Amino acid sequence: MVVDVLYLIAAVCFIFALKGLSSPQFASRGNYCGIVGIVLACVATYISVGVSCAFYTLIAIAIGGGIGSCIATRVSMTDLPQMVAGFHSLVGLAAVLVAFSACFAPELFEIIGINGVYKSSLIEMGLGSAIGAVTFSGSVIAFLKLDGRYKGSDVPVFVNTFLLSFVICLLIYFVTTEIVSVFILLTFLSFVLGAILIAPIGGADMPVIVSMLNSYSGWATSGIGFTLHNDLLIITGAIVGSSGAILSYIMCKGMNRSLLDVIFCSGQANSSNKNGDSSDVSKTCKNGSAEDAAFILKNASSVIVVPGYGMATSQAQHALKEMGDILQKEGVKVRYAIHPVAGRMPGHMNVLLAEASVSYEDVCELDEINRDFASCDVAYVVGANDVTNPAAKHDTSSSIYGMPILEVGKAKTVLFLKRSMGVGYAGVDNELFYAQNTMMLLGDAKKTTEDIIKAL
Amino acid sequence: MDCCFRDFFDHFNDLMFMHMASMAPPECASSGIHGITVFVLACFVGYYVVWRVTPALHAPLMSVTNAISSVVIVGALLAASQNIYGFSKTFGFLAIILASVNIFGGFIVTHRMLDMFRKK
Repeated sequence: MVVDVLYLIAAVCFIFALKGLSSPQFASRGNYCGIVGIVLACVATYISVGVSCAFYTLIAIAIGGGIGSCIATRVSMTDLPQMVAGFHSLVGLAAVLVAFSACFAPELFEIIGINGVYKSSLIEMGLGSAIGAVTFSGSVIAFLKLDGRYKGSDVPVFVNTFLLSFVICLLIYFVTTEIVSVFILLTFLSFVLGAILIAPIGGADMPVIVSMLNSYSGWATSGIGFTLHNDLLIITGAIVGSSGAILSYIMCKGMNRSLLDVIFCSGQANSSNKNGDSSDVSKTCKNGSAEDAAFILKNASSVIVVPGYGMATSQAQHALKEMGDILQKEGVKVRYAIHPVAGRMPGHMNVLLAEASVSYEDVCELDEINRDFASCDVAYVVGANDVTNPAAKHDTSSSIYGMPILEVGKAKTVLFLKRSMGVGYAGVDNELFYAQNTMMLLGDAKKTTEDIIKAL
Repeated sequence: MDCCFRDFFDHFNDLMFMHMASMAPPECASSGIHGITVFVLACFVGYYVVWRVTPALHAPLMSVTNAISSVVIVGALLAASQNIYGFSKTFGFLAIILASVNIFGGFIVTHRMLDMFRKK
């Protein structure tokens, strides 16, 4: 009874951990709630199994905790997406291991009845293990892609579909026959499935994939909860699962794509537009220097900064903040506009700006600020491309057609900081580069911004 | 603060109800349904809580959900705490290590991020 109550309190703590995130001021408190929750969950488990083996398990926790703390304190905020993907893979693998444990020693988890292991437990054991395995290998691939170590490869859709249906058949076979080797094969194939599901997905879709894997890790936890008849795991898994699902939905809406499109048709979006950008060599764009840009910025009355992944790779956020401060001292109104899919994971840009101590009141979401571009003097675009591309509004043949964009073209002057004139991840040329009011500042975003600061 | 407490009791009542629903012993025929009841209700709780998260905090949201989904450590502790040595215990031991990497890593990185949001 004590154990059940402790589990219940832990579940409430987890809900508070998420609820705390509804405002930046109280978010830390939520995080502490989460820590209390997980400690209570462990204490409750120790109460229920006795402390006879506590020594070994505490050693295991210490080893894992040491590794985890080392990684988490050292990781830079730019590398956050790959770290989160890497951590998802660990949850997946842990779920697989627990499912195997339950499969080999069902009596330990009290899931054996008069007629052998409960059928319901078998279904969920298989499901938990399969989802866990997909989460593991999928996250490993996502990690390698985000870290730039693996470029991705095309996998025909029918292979995925075939493998998925085969895994489902195996699951049914396992539940009816209870053969352990089928369970092992099922898990092994799920590992393969996870890898080939994520391998063909492109860089622009990574925010969706990272949040989708987040959701999977939740469902895997839930599956294990069903197997072990543990409410805490079911509740936590369901909450994490729905959180990841909502994030994927928001990201998909930010790109005007459906989740199925992202998962199955990812390769097609790129190919159709490749011929479009090479033909327009006649277009010219205006290149500017840092001094020109500084002059324009100084004479502006309001500036909107639009950060993208380029800001993360060049670590330009601190220079941006410094520039913003100088401009604000001169009486210029500086704000930051963040597109939902900017960066490689949901909220990535916000964290980077917060790292540079930009006040979150100056940071606006797409809907809040889009109307203000028309009245602002300068839009300062740092390494963002597709999220500003007007082709999304009028070019029905474009692969990004229908995606909500930041309407930077409406500003009096657009300053584009880019490494090269290359296309963005969607592979679509941006007509804004050639517009009358656009000035391109080619080069490293951090260096260019620092030059502007000097010129100011 | 008052509002906070009211929310607390709201959630507490939700969960209490879900918990009561699932208290039935596993051997009873409808135990599967009780588990699913808990699951579905928790999905709704999750849905409403997560929609209220401000978009600026979506990155910390991901890392904190990542940390709390490592509550699967409960299953690992059960597996590792048995007295017979074997596959099951070894797997449990490994799962504890993996899950605790996640718990510590997830909460610490969330803390780092939130610290950045707090300072002006």
